[in-house]
Amino acid sequence: MAMFTAAALKRSTRKSFTSLWQLLPVLLAVLLLASLIVPLIPVLIHKGILGQGNLLDSISAAVVGSLATGQPIVSYLLAGELQKAGIGLIAVTAFIGAWVTVGVIPMPAEAMVLGWRFAAIRNAVSFILSIALAWLTVVTLHAWT
Amino acid sequence: MPGPDARAAPPAVKRSHGGLWFLFAMILLYVLVALLDPAFARKGLASFFNMGVSLLPALLLVMLFLVLLNLSDGMQKRMAAATGKDSGAKGWWLAVVGGILSHGPVYAWYPLLGELKTRGMRPALLATFLYARSIKLPWLPVMVYYFGLHYTVVFTLYMLAFSLLNGWLTERLMLLGSSGNSNGGEGSARESGR
Repeated sequence: MAMFTAAALKRSTRKSFTSLWQLLPVLLAVLLLASLIVPLIPVLIHKGILGQGNLLDSISAAVVGSLATGQPIVSYLLAGELQKAGIGLIAVTAFIGAWVTVGVIPMPAEAMVLGWRFAAIRNAVSFILSIALAWLTVVTLHAWT
Repeated sequence: MPGPDARAAPPAVKRSHGGLWFLFAMILLYVLVALLDPAFARKGLASFFNMGVSLLPALLLVMLFLVLLNLSDGMQKRMAAATGKDSGAKGWWLAVVGGILSHGPVYAWYPLLGELKTRGMRPALLATFLYARSIKLPWLPVMVYYFGLHYTVVFTLYMLAFSLLNGWLTERLMLLGSSGNSNGGEGSARESGR
């Protein structure tokens, strides 16, 4: 086992701090953007974007969910309220799926570290899968119960 | 054909001023919003500070991981091997479990993922990790409360399966556009491996 010297620890700490420091402007910018956009999500929902049938609703809900960011629990609460308001389970599931897997707001930070190509493809795939996830979940649920 | 060393190929964190420009643009946007709707801007700023404070513990945790990762060359090699092109099922398993167990906002994890990427972590495993992060075990009781146990079980199992599918698809699509020059992904693995 290699011994960790104080010099190695210092070097490692400095290198790690530099990695985080370089990302700091993007983190701050993304947080600023998120704090402006997130309050608009419930407004968008109540503007009547949903309620157009399962297919359109699942796509619209996934778009709105993709724009949102925050803890998954917030999406559960919002989705729960949406369902109470009469929105179908497929749309609600697409909303949760996109909220937790697609990140339009964090994308600049993701792209900066992992590459634009990776970030764009990963988010596009996640978006499509969020709709597939919604349909599969609801169909399976109906078959099961 | 695959080049000298796949691990040396993709520089992950580019030294550019893009981040600063992005921050500058966001500050300008805030100024604009503050001029148009001061109350909304004030609410946004409060939410910004709340998000920042909630991010701090996760950043400290990631800092700790980064220090450990940078500390030992042996550990770097082990992590790279565990998530690299020849990692196999173990790599997938590590990405899924790591994603599920990871805490805090996703931004906090980017530096660590960037480090792992430069050391050869497969794009498929990066994507799988990021997707699996959305399975948050501590929040599942809330989902059960709103949607029921059956729904939660089905949804979570599909998320688990889709995390692997998402990783696989992301890597395949990345390779599609760059089939000529291997970009440190599975392409080089397929050419050089086995």
